[in-house]
Amino acid sequence: MPSLADLHQTDSVRASQADARAQAALTSEHRPFRPASTSPHIPDGVDPGALTWAETVAPGGYTHKVLARGTRIRFDDPSGLACAHILLYNALEPWERLNVADTLKIPWQAYLGEGHPLLSGEGRILATVSADTSGRHDAFCGTTTDAFSAQKYGSSAPQGPAPSGRALFTLAAAKHGLTPRDLPPSVSFFQGVRVEEDGALTFLGSAGPGTFVELIAELPLLILVANVPHPLDTEEDYVVGPLRIHAWRGAPTGEHDPRFTSSPELNRAYLNSIDYAEARGL
Amino acid sequence: MTITTTVRTAGDRALRTTVPVAPPFAEGTVLDAAGPAVAGAVVRDDTVAPLAPWSAIVPAGHVLTIVDVGGNQSADCLIYDAHDTDERYSVPDTLAWQGNAYIREGSVLRSNLGHPLMTVVANEIDRQDTIGGACSKESNTLRYGQHTEYQHGCRENFLAEASRYGLGARDLVSNLNWFMNVPIEADGALGIVDGLSAPGKRVAIRAERDVLVIVSNCPQLNNPCNDFNCTPLRMIVTTPTTGTDAA
Repeated sequence: MPSLADLHQTDSVRASQADARAQAALTSEHRPFRPASTSPHIPDGVDPGALTWAETVAPGGYTHKVLARGTRIRFDDPSGLACAHILLYNALEPWERLNVADTLKIPWQAYLGEGHPLLSGEGRILATVSADTSGRHDAFCGTTTDAFSAQKYGSSAPQGPAPSGRALFTLAAAKHGLTPRDLPPSVSFFQGVRVEEDGALTFLGSAGPGTFVELIAELPLLILVANVPHPLDTEEDYVVGPLRIHAWRGAPTGEHDPRFTSSPELNRAYLNSIDYAEARGL
Repeated sequence: MTITTTVRTAGDRALRTTVPVAPPFAEGTVLDAAGPAVAGAVVRDDTVAPLAPWSAIVPAGHVLTIVDVGGNQSADCLIYDAHDTDERYSVPDTLAWQGNAYIREGSVLRSNLGHPLMTVVANEIDRQDTIGGACSKESNTLRYGQHTEYQHGCRENFLAEASRYGLGARDLVSNLNWFMNVPIEADGALGIVDGLSAPGKRVAIRAERDVLVIVSNCPQLNNPCNDFNCTPLRMIVTTPTTGTDAA
Protein backbone atom coordinates (compact mmCIF):
# COMPACT_ATOMS: atom_id res chain seq x y z
CA MET A 1 0.00 0.00 0.00
CA PRO A 2 1.50 3.38 -0.95
CA SER A 3 2.19 5.82 1.85
CA LEU A 4 0.51 9.23 1.74
CA ALA A 5 3.87 10.75 0.86
CA ASP A 6 4.03 8.57 -2.27
CA LEU A 7 0.90 10.35 -3.52
CA HIS A 8 2.62 13.74 -3.40
CA GLN A 9 5.54 15.02 -5.42
CA THR A 10 7.13 17.68 -3.25
CA ASP A 11 10.85 17.52 -3.93
CA SER A 12 11.18 21.11 -5.16
CA VAL A 13 9.50 24.41 -4.43
CA ARG A 14 7.58 24.42 -7.71
CA ALA A 15 6.53 20.78 -7.28
CA SER A 16 5.30 21.56 -3.76
CA GLN A 17 3.41 24.57 -5.08
CA ALA A 18 1.67 22.48 -7.73
CA ASP A 19 0.88 19.78 -5.17
CA ALA A 20 -0.63 22.32 -2.77
CA ARG A 21 -2.68 24.03 -5.47
CA ALA A 22 -4.07 20.70 -6.71
CA GLN A 23 -5.69 20.19 -3.32
CA ALA A 24 -8.15 22.99 -3.99
CA ALA A 25 -10.15 20.43 -5.97
CA LEU A 26 -10.92 18.54 -2.76
CA THR A 27 -13.72 19.35 -0.36
CA SER A 28 -15.05 18.44 3.06
CA GLU A 29 -18.43 18.20 4.76
CA HIS A 30 -17.05 20.44 7.50
CA ARG A 31 -16.12 23.79 6.08
CA PRO A 32 -17.03 27.42 5.69
CA PHE A 33 -18.67 28.50 2.43
CA ARG A 34 -17.14 31.69 1.04
CA PRO A 35 -18.94 33.56 -0.26
CA ALA A 36 -21.77 32.41 2.02
CA SER A 37 -24.18 32.38 -0.92
CA THR A 38 -22.38 29.24 -2.20
CA SER A 39 -23.68 27.18 0.72
CA PRO A 40 -25.49 24.02 -0.44
CA HIS A 41 -27.69 24.15 2.68
CA ILE A 42 -29.30 27.61 2.52
CA PRO A 43 -32.50 27.55 4.61
CA ASP A 44 -35.80 27.94 2.75
CA GLY A 45 -36.89 31.53 2.34
CA VAL A 46 -33.45 33.05 2.94
CA ASP A 47 -32.15 35.36 0.21
CA PRO A 48 -28.73 33.96 -0.76
CA GLY A 49 -27.55 37.49 -1.48
CA ALA A 50 -28.22 38.52 2.13
CA LEU A 51 -26.09 35.73 3.63
CA THR A 52 -23.01 36.85 5.53
CA TRP A 53 -21.93 33.54 7.09
CA ALA A 54 -22.40 29.91 6.05
CA GLU A 55 -20.46 27.11 7.66
CA THR A 56 -20.76 23.51 8.76
CA VAL A 57 -18.94 22.99 12.06
CA ALA A 58 -17.37 19.55 12.46
CA PRO A 59 -18.20 17.29 15.37
CA GLY A 60 -15.80 18.42 18.09
CA GLY A 61 -15.13 21.64 16.14
CA TYR A 62 -15.55 25.32 16.87
CA THR A 63 -16.08 28.58 15.07
CA HIS A 64 -16.39 32.29 15.81
CA LYS A 65 -17.60 35.42 14.05
CA VAL A 66 -18.16 39.12 14.51
CA LEU A 67 -21.65 40.02 13.31
CA ALA A 68 -23.45 43.28 12.61
CA ARG A 69 -26.40 44.38 14.72
CA GLY A 70 -29.60 42.98 13.22
CA THR A 71 -27.99 39.84 11.82
CA ARG A 72 -30.12 36.68 11.82
CA ILE A 73 -28.14 33.63 12.95
CA ARG A 74 -29.59 30.21 12.30
CA PHE A 75 -28.22 26.96 13.75
CA ASP A 76 -29.37 23.71 12.13
CA ASP A 77 -28.95 20.27 13.65
CA PRO A 78 -29.42 17.95 10.65
CA SER A 79 -28.52 14.74 12.51
CA GLY A 80 -30.12 15.36 15.90
CA LEU A 81 -26.68 14.92 17.46
CA ALA A 82 -25.31 18.48 17.44
CA CYS A 83 -24.85 20.47 20.62
CA ALA A 84 -24.15 24.15 19.97
CA HIS A 85 -22.41 25.71 22.97
CA ILE A 86 -22.59 29.47 22.61
CA LEU A 87 -20.88 32.52 24.09
CA LEU A 88 -21.88 36.05 23.09
CA TYR A 89 -20.02 39.33 23.56
CA ASN A 90 -20.63 42.93 22.62
CA ALA A 91 -18.12 43.03 19.75
CA LEU A 92 -17.26 46.66 20.48
CA GLU A 93 -16.63 46.20 24.20
CA PRO A 94 -16.11 42.48 24.78
CA TRP A 95 -16.03 42.81 28.56
CA GLU A 96 -19.79 43.03 28.06
CA ARG A 97 -20.76 39.39 27.58
CA LEU A 98 -23.43 36.78 28.08
CA ASN A 99 -24.67 36.67 31.64
CA VAL A 100 -26.49 33.38 32.10
CA ALA A 101 -27.90 34.28 35.51
CA ASP A 102 -29.62 37.40 34.15
CA THR A 103 -30.64 35.45 31.06
CA LEU A 104 -32.73 33.17 33.29
CA LYS A 105 -33.70 35.56 36.09
CA ILE A 106 -34.87 38.60 34.13
CA PRO A 107 -37.39 36.72 31.92
CA TRP A 108 -38.48 34.61 34.91
CA GLN A 109 -37.81 31.47 32.85
CA ALA A 110 -35.23 28.67 33.14
CA TYR A 111 -35.72 27.08 29.75
CA LEU A 112 -34.55 28.77 26.57
CA GLY A 113 -37.04 28.96 23.73
CA GLU A 114 -38.56 31.28 21.18
CA GLY A 115 -38.63 34.86 22.44
CA HIS A 116 -36.01 34.27 25.14
CA PRO A 117 -33.46 37.08 25.54
CA LEU A 118 -29.75 36.34 25.83
CA LEU A 119 -28.71 39.12 28.19
CA SER A 120 -25.42 40.72 29.12
CA GLY A 121 -24.55 41.87 32.60
CA GLU A 122 -25.13 45.46 31.51
CA GLY A 123 -28.92 45.24 31.38
CA ARG A 124 -28.90 44.90 27.62
CA ILE A 125 -30.07 42.20 25.28
CA LEU A 126 -27.26 40.79 23.16
CA ALA A 127 -29.49 38.48 21.11
CA THR A 128 -33.06 37.24 20.97
CA VAL A 129 -33.99 33.61 20.34
CA SER A 130 -36.36 34.44 17.50
CA ALA A 131 -37.26 30.91 16.37
CA ASP A 132 -36.87 27.44 17.85
CA THR A 133 -38.16 24.12 16.55
CA SER A 134 -36.16 22.03 19.04
CA GLY A 135 -37.15 23.17 22.52
CA ARG A 136 -34.28 21.11 23.95
CA HIS A 137 -31.68 23.51 25.29
CA ASP A 138 -29.74 24.18 28.46
CA ALA A 139 -28.50 27.16 30.44
CA PHE A 140 -27.45 25.31 33.62
CA CYS A 141 -24.54 23.04 32.80
CA GLY A 142 -22.29 25.19 30.63
CA THR A 143 -19.82 23.25 28.56
CA THR A 144 -17.23 20.55 29.22
CA THR A 145 -13.80 21.21 30.75
CA ASP A 146 -10.56 19.33 30.14
CA ALA A 147 -10.90 17.66 33.55
CA PHE A 148 -14.41 16.47 32.77
CA SER A 149 -13.65 15.34 29.24
CA ALA A 150 -10.49 13.50 30.29
CA GLN A 151 -12.39 11.69 33.02
CA LYS A 152 -15.31 10.69 30.83
CA TYR A 153 -13.66 10.11 27.45
CA GLY A 154 -9.96 9.69 28.25
CA SER A 155 -9.08 12.71 26.12
CA SER A 156 -9.78 16.44 26.06
CA ALA A 157 -7.36 18.17 23.68
CA PRO A 158 -8.65 20.10 20.67
CA GLN A 159 -6.60 17.92 18.29
CA GLY A 160 -7.82 14.67 19.82
CA PRO A 161 -10.91 12.47 19.54
CA ALA A 162 -12.79 14.20 22.40
CA PRO A 163 -12.17 17.96 22.58
CA SER A 164 -13.56 19.76 25.62
CA GLY A 165 -15.83 22.74 25.05
CA ARG A 166 -13.65 25.00 27.18
CA ALA A 167 -10.51 24.05 25.22
CA LEU A 168 -12.32 25.03 22.01
CA PHE A 169 -13.72 28.24 23.52
CA THR A 170 -10.17 29.11 24.63
CA LEU A 171 -8.98 28.90 21.02
CA ALA A 172 -11.99 30.75 19.63
CA ALA A 173 -11.55 33.52 22.21
CA ALA A 174 -7.83 33.78 21.45
CA LYS A 175 -8.64 34.62 17.84
CA HIS A 176 -10.21 37.82 19.19
CA GLY A 177 -7.54 38.74 21.71
CA LEU A 178 -9.50 37.24 24.60
CA THR A 179 -8.06 34.85 27.19
CA PRO A 180 -9.44 32.15 29.49
CA ARG A 181 -10.60 34.79 31.98
CA ASP A 182 -13.00 35.95 29.26
CA LEU A 183 -14.93 32.66 29.25
CA PRO A 184 -18.08 33.00 31.37
CA PRO A 185 -20.73 30.28 31.71
CA SER A 186 -22.20 29.39 28.32
CA VAL A 187 -25.55 28.14 27.05
CA SER A 188 -26.16 25.23 24.68
CA PHE A 189 -28.74 24.42 22.04
CA PHE A 190 -30.18 21.10 20.80
CA GLN A 191 -29.62 18.89 23.87
CA GLY A 192 -32.14 19.52 26.61
CA VAL A 193 -31.98 19.40 30.39
CA ARG A 194 -34.86 19.64 32.86
CA VAL A 195 -34.73 20.29 36.61
CA GLU A 196 -36.71 17.84 38.71
CA GLU A 197 -38.62 18.87 41.82
CA ASP A 198 -35.74 17.76 44.03
CA GLY A 199 -33.25 19.69 41.87
CA ALA A 200 -31.96 16.71 39.92
CA LEU A 201 -30.81 17.62 36.44
CA THR A 202 -32.31 15.22 33.93
CA PHE A 203 -30.82 14.96 30.47
CA LEU A 204 -33.56 15.03 27.84
CA GLY A 205 -31.24 14.94 24.86
CA SER A 206 -32.29 15.85 21.38
CA ALA A 207 -35.67 16.58 19.84
CA GLY A 208 -34.45 14.61 16.81
CA PRO A 209 -32.87 15.45 13.49
CA GLY A 210 -33.80 18.50 11.48
CA THR A 211 -34.47 21.15 14.11
CA PHE A 212 -33.17 24.70 14.13
CA VAL A 213 -32.71 27.72 16.36
CA GLU A 214 -32.56 31.29 15.12
CA LEU A 215 -31.11 34.32 16.91
CA ILE A 216 -31.26 38.03 16.18
CA ALA A 217 -28.16 40.07 17.02
CA GLU A 218 -29.46 43.06 19.00
CA LEU A 219 -25.97 44.53 19.35
CA PRO A 220 -22.82 44.03 17.27
CA LEU A 221 -21.86 40.53 18.38
CA LEU A 222 -18.81 38.41 18.79
CA ILE A 223 -20.12 34.86 18.88
CA LEU A 224 -18.09 31.81 19.88
CA VAL A 225 -19.47 28.35 19.07
CA ALA A 226 -18.20 24.97 20.27
CA ASN A 227 -19.88 21.81 18.97
CA VAL A 228 -19.23 19.19 21.65
CA PRO A 229 -21.38 16.71 23.59
CA HIS A 230 -23.42 18.13 26.45
CA PRO A 231 -21.85 17.54 29.89
CA LEU A 232 -24.85 15.42 30.92
CA ASP A 233 -24.96 13.42 27.69
CA THR A 234 -25.76 9.84 28.64
CA GLU A 235 -23.82 8.44 25.67
CA GLU A 236 -20.52 6.97 26.95
CA ASP A 237 -18.70 7.60 23.69
CA TYR A 238 -18.01 10.96 22.05
CA VAL A 239 -20.94 11.24 19.69
CA VAL A 240 -21.86 14.65 18.34
CA GLY A 241 -23.15 15.61 14.91
CA PRO A 242 -22.27 18.42 12.51
CA LEU A 243 -23.68 21.89 13.15
CA ARG A 244 -24.81 24.07 10.28
CA ILE A 245 -24.71 27.84 10.64
CA HIS A 246 -26.18 30.48 8.35
CA ALA A 247 -26.38 34.20 9.07
CA TRP A 248 -27.91 36.95 7.01
CA ARG A 249 -28.52 40.66 7.14
CA GLY A 250 -31.62 41.89 8.92
CA ALA A 251 -32.94 44.49 11.33
CA PRO A 252 -32.69 44.35 15.11
CA THR A 253 -35.86 44.10 17.15
CA GLY A 254 -37.74 47.41 17.07
CA GLU A 255 -40.90 48.95 18.43
CA HIS A 256 -43.09 47.42 15.73
CA ASP A 257 -42.10 43.85 16.59
CA PRO A 258 -44.56 42.10 18.92
CA ARG A 259 -41.69 40.83 21.07
CA PHE A 260 -40.58 44.43 21.77
CA THR A 261 -43.35 44.72 24.35
CA SER A 262 -43.82 41.04 25.15
CA SER A 263 -42.89 41.70 28.80
CA PRO A 264 -41.95 44.81 30.79
CA GLU A 265 -38.47 43.44 31.49
CA LEU A 266 -37.83 42.55 27.87
CA ASN A 267 -39.14 45.92 26.72
CA ARG A 268 -36.61 47.70 28.95
CA ALA A 269 -33.84 45.36 27.74
CA TYR A 270 -34.59 46.27 24.12
CA LEU A 271 -34.74 49.97 25.02
CA ASN A 272 -31.37 49.70 26.74
CA SER A 273 -29.76 48.01 23.71
CA ILE A 274 -31.29 50.57 21.32
CA ASP A 275 -30.09 53.39 23.58
CA TYR A 276 -26.54 52.00 23.43
CA ALA A 277 -26.67 51.49 19.68
CA GLU A 278 -28.10 54.91 18.90
CA ALA A 279 -25.57 56.68 21.12
CA ARG A 280 -22.78 54.92 19.25
CA GLY A 281 -24.31 55.78 15.89
CA LEU A 282 -24.93 52.14 14.98
CA MET B 1 -27.61 11.84 7.12
CA THR B 2 -24.70 9.54 7.86
CA ILE B 3 -22.26 10.40 10.61
CA THR B 4 -18.79 8.88 10.33
CA THR B 5 -17.58 7.21 13.49
CA THR B 6 -14.08 5.92 14.19
CA VAL B 7 -12.59 4.14 17.18
CA ARG B 8 -9.51 5.79 18.67
CA THR B 9 -7.40 5.12 21.73
CA ALA B 10 -8.10 7.76 24.39
CA GLY B 11 -6.25 7.37 27.68
CA ASP B 12 -6.74 3.73 28.63
CA ARG B 13 -9.92 3.14 26.67
CA ALA B 14 -11.13 2.64 23.13
CA LEU B 15 -13.34 5.62 22.32
CA ARG B 16 -15.92 5.76 19.59
CA THR B 17 -15.84 9.30 18.23
CA THR B 18 -17.46 11.35 15.48
CA VAL B 19 -14.64 13.92 15.49
CA PRO B 20 -12.81 14.02 12.12
CA VAL B 21 -9.44 13.75 13.86
CA ALA B 22 -6.25 13.21 11.85
CA PRO B 23 -5.17 9.59 11.36
CA PRO B 24 -2.48 8.02 13.56
CA PHE B 25 0.95 7.52 11.99
CA ALA B 26 1.21 4.73 9.47
CA GLU B 27 1.87 1.17 10.56
CA GLY B 28 5.49 0.28 9.98
CA THR B 29 6.75 3.85 10.51
CA VAL B 30 10.38 3.69 11.65
CA LEU B 31 10.77 5.34 15.05
CA ASP B 32 14.08 6.13 16.75
CA ALA B 33 13.79 7.89 20.12
CA ALA B 34 17.60 8.42 20.26
CA GLY B 35 18.72 10.27 23.42
CA PRO B 36 20.29 13.55 24.54
CA ALA B 37 22.64 15.09 21.98
CA VAL B 38 24.92 16.45 24.70
CA ALA B 39 26.37 15.14 27.95
CA GLY B 40 24.63 15.97 31.22
CA ALA B 41 22.05 14.70 33.66
CA VAL B 42 18.52 14.37 32.29
CA VAL B 43 16.08 16.52 34.23
CA ARG B 44 13.12 16.23 31.88
CA ASP B 45 12.21 13.70 29.22
CA ASP B 46 8.86 14.04 27.46
CA THR B 47 7.32 12.41 24.42
CA VAL B 48 5.07 14.79 22.51
CA ALA B 49 2.25 12.93 20.80
CA PRO B 50 1.60 13.65 17.13
CA LEU B 51 -0.47 16.86 16.68
CA ALA B 52 0.05 18.00 20.29
CA PRO B 53 1.64 21.08 21.87
CA TRP B 54 4.41 21.09 24.51
CA SER B 55 6.07 23.71 26.65
CA ALA B 56 8.63 24.01 29.41
CA ILE B 57 10.70 26.54 31.26
CA VAL B 58 14.31 25.73 30.41
CA PRO B 59 16.65 27.28 33.00
CA ALA B 60 19.77 29.16 31.93
CA GLY B 61 22.57 26.77 31.01
CA HIS B 62 20.29 23.77 30.50
CA VAL B 63 20.19 22.14 27.09
CA LEU B 64 17.02 21.06 25.29
CA THR B 65 17.49 18.18 22.85
CA ILE B 66 14.66 17.74 20.37
CA VAL B 67 14.54 14.31 18.74
CA ASP B 68 12.82 13.85 15.39
CA VAL B 69 11.61 10.39 16.38
CA GLY B 70 9.82 9.47 13.16
CA GLY B 71 11.86 11.58 10.75
CA ASN B 72 10.89 14.80 8.96
CA GLN B 73 8.45 15.85 11.66
CA SER B 74 8.34 19.61 12.01
CA ALA B 75 8.73 20.94 15.56
CA ASP B 76 7.42 24.51 15.38
CA CYS B 77 9.07 26.43 18.18
CA LEU B 78 8.68 29.78 19.99
CA ILE B 79 10.98 31.06 22.73
CA TYR B 80 10.28 33.71 25.38
CA ASP B 81 12.29 35.20 28.22
CA ALA B 82 10.69 33.29 31.09
CA HIS B 83 10.63 36.38 33.31
CA ASP B 84 9.54 38.95 30.73
CA THR B 85 7.60 37.40 27.87
CA ASP B 86 7.54 40.73 26.03
CA GLU B 87 11.06 39.73 25.06
CA ARG B 88 10.72 36.81 22.68
CA TYR B 89 12.35 35.02 19.78
CA SER B 90 12.92 37.21 16.73
CA VAL B 91 13.57 35.86 13.25
CA PRO B 92 15.00 39.09 11.81
CA ASP B 93 17.36 39.66 14.74
CA THR B 94 18.57 36.07 14.56
CA LEU B 95 19.14 36.16 10.81
CA ALA B 96 20.67 39.64 10.63
CA TRP B 97 23.17 39.02 13.44
CA GLN B 98 24.37 35.79 11.88
CA GLY B 99 24.15 36.99 8.29
CA ASN B 100 22.57 33.73 7.10
CA ALA B 101 19.02 32.62 6.31
CA TYR B 102 19.31 29.13 7.79
CA ILE B 103 19.80 27.86 11.33
CA ARG B 104 22.79 25.59 11.97
CA GLU B 105 25.08 24.55 14.83
CA GLY B 106 26.38 27.74 16.45
CA SER B 107 23.36 29.83 15.49
CA VAL B 108 22.42 32.20 18.29
CA LEU B 109 18.64 32.45 18.65
CA ARG B 110 18.11 36.11 19.45
CA SER B 111 15.29 38.09 20.99
CA ASN B 112 13.42 41.08 19.63
CA LEU B 113 15.86 43.16 21.70
CA GLY B 114 18.84 41.50 20.03
CA HIS B 115 19.87 39.43 23.04
CA PRO B 116 20.77 35.71 22.92
CA LEU B 117 17.93 33.53 24.22
CA MET B 118 19.35 30.15 23.18
CA THR B 119 22.25 28.77 21.14
CA VAL B 120 22.25 25.76 18.84
CA VAL B 121 24.94 23.50 20.36
CA ALA B 122 24.31 20.40 18.25
CA ASN B 123 22.51 19.81 14.96
CA GLU B 124 22.31 16.62 12.94
CA ILE B 125 20.75 17.90 9.71
CA ASP B 126 22.22 20.26 7.16
CA ARG B 127 20.05 23.25 7.95
CA GLN B 128 17.02 24.17 10.01
CA ASP B 129 14.23 26.54 9.03
CA THR B 130 13.05 29.77 10.60
CA ILE B 131 11.49 31.35 7.50
CA GLY B 132 8.42 29.17 6.91
CA GLY B 133 6.41 30.11 9.99
CA ALA B 134 3.61 28.06 11.45
CA CYS B 135 0.59 26.50 9.81
CA SER B 136 -2.89 27.50 10.91
CA LYS B 137 -6.49 26.66 10.16
CA GLU B 138 -6.77 30.09 8.59
CA SER B 139 -3.68 29.99 6.37
CA ASN B 140 -4.66 26.47 5.31
CA THR B 141 -7.68 28.05 3.58
CA LEU B 142 -5.28 30.13 1.50
CA ARG B 143 -2.83 27.40 0.62
CA TYR B 144 -5.11 24.38 0.18
CA GLY B 145 -8.71 25.58 0.15
CA GLN B 146 -11.62 26.34 2.47
CA HIS B 147 -12.21 22.62 3.00
CA THR B 148 -9.09 22.39 5.20
CA GLU B 149 -10.13 25.00 7.76
CA TYR B 150 -11.46 22.43 10.23
CA GLN B 151 -8.06 20.72 10.48
CA HIS B 152 -5.84 21.28 13.49
CA GLY B 153 -2.83 23.56 13.02
CA CYS B 154 0.29 24.80 14.78
CA ARG B 155 -1.28 28.15 15.57
CA GLU B 156 -3.97 26.27 17.50
CA ASN B 157 -1.25 24.50 19.46
CA PHE B 158 0.62 27.75 20.08
CA LEU B 159 -2.54 29.50 21.29
CA ALA B 160 -3.61 26.59 23.51
CA GLU B 161 -0.20 26.33 25.13
CA ALA B 162 0.31 30.10 25.34
CA SER B 163 -3.03 30.47 27.14
CA ARG B 164 -1.57 28.45 30.02
CA TYR B 165 0.93 31.27 30.61
CA GLY B 166 -1.46 34.17 30.13
CA LEU B 167 -0.23 34.71 26.57
CA GLY B 168 -2.43 35.04 23.49
CA ALA B 169 -2.62 35.88 19.81
CA ARG B 170 -0.62 39.10 20.19
CA ASP B 171 2.27 37.07 21.63
CA LEU B 172 2.68 34.80 18.61
CA VAL B 173 5.56 35.76 16.32
CA SER B 174 7.45 34.12 13.48
CA ASN B 175 8.92 30.87 14.74
CA LEU B 176 11.54 28.19 14.26
CA ASN B 177 10.71 24.94 12.48
CA TRP B 178 13.07 22.23 13.60
CA PHE B 179 13.42 19.48 10.98
CA MET B 180 11.45 21.37 8.31
CA ASN B 181 13.08 22.15 4.97
CA VAL B 182 12.37 25.53 3.36
CA PRO B 183 14.89 26.30 0.64
CA ILE B 184 15.14 29.75 -0.89
CA GLU B 185 16.03 29.16 -4.51
CA ALA B 186 18.09 31.40 -6.79
CA ASP B 187 15.04 33.17 -8.24
CA GLY B 188 13.56 33.73 -4.78
CA ALA B 189 11.15 30.79 -4.95
CA LEU B 190 10.51 29.68 -1.39
CA GLY B 191 8.45 26.82 -0.03
CA ILE B 192 8.25 23.71 2.10
CA VAL B 193 9.78 20.71 0.33
CA ASP B 194 10.75 17.17 1.25
CA GLY B 195 12.73 17.13 4.48
CA LEU B 196 16.42 16.49 5.11
CA SER B 197 15.89 14.71 8.40
CA ALA B 198 15.42 11.07 9.39
CA PRO B 199 14.29 9.03 12.39
CA GLY B 200 16.42 9.81 15.46
CA LYS B 201 17.98 13.02 14.09
CA ARG B 202 18.45 15.70 16.75
CA VAL B 203 18.99 19.34 17.43
CA ALA B 204 20.14 20.66 20.81
CA ILE B 205 19.71 24.23 22.02
CA ARG B 206 21.23 25.71 25.18
CA ALA B 207 19.33 28.29 27.19
CA GLU B 208 21.35 31.48 27.59
CA ARG B 209 18.86 32.71 30.18
CA ASP B 210 15.71 31.22 31.72
CA VAL B 211 13.39 30.71 28.76
CA LEU B 212 9.88 29.51 28.09
CA VAL B 213 9.90 27.20 25.07
CA ILE B 214 6.61 26.42 23.33
CA VAL B 215 6.59 23.71 20.67
CA SER B 216 3.87 22.53 18.33
CA ASN B 217 4.27 19.01 17.03
CA CYS B 218 3.02 20.07 13.63
CA PRO B 219 -0.35 18.55 12.59
CA GLN B 220 -0.06 19.56 8.94
CA LEU B 221 -1.04 16.80 6.48
CA ASN B 222 -1.28 18.92 3.31
CA ASN B 223 2.43 19.50 2.70
CA PRO B 224 5.69 17.57 3.14
CA CYS B 225 6.77 19.24 6.42
CA ASN B 226 5.73 16.07 8.26
CA ASP B 227 6.30 13.63 5.42
CA PHE B 228 2.46 13.34 5.29
CA ASN B 229 2.72 11.16 8.41
CA CYS B 230 2.64 12.91 11.81
CA THR B 231 4.97 11.26 14.31
CA PRO B 232 6.07 11.91 17.93
CA LEU B 233 8.81 14.22 19.14
CA ARG B 234 11.02 13.62 22.15
CA MET B 235 12.04 16.58 24.32
CA ILE B 236 14.97 16.02 26.67
CA VAL B 237 16.33 18.68 29.02
CA THR B 238 19.78 18.12 30.46
CA THR B 239 21.71 20.06 33.09
CA PRO B 240 25.04 21.61 32.16
CA THR B 241 28.13 19.47 32.61
CA THR B 242 30.27 21.22 35.21
CA GLY B 243 33.31 20.42 37.31
CA THR B 244 34.82 17.94 34.88
CA ASP B 245 36.88 20.34 32.81
CA ALA B 246 40.61 20.18 33.28
CA ALA B 247 41.75 23.42 34.87
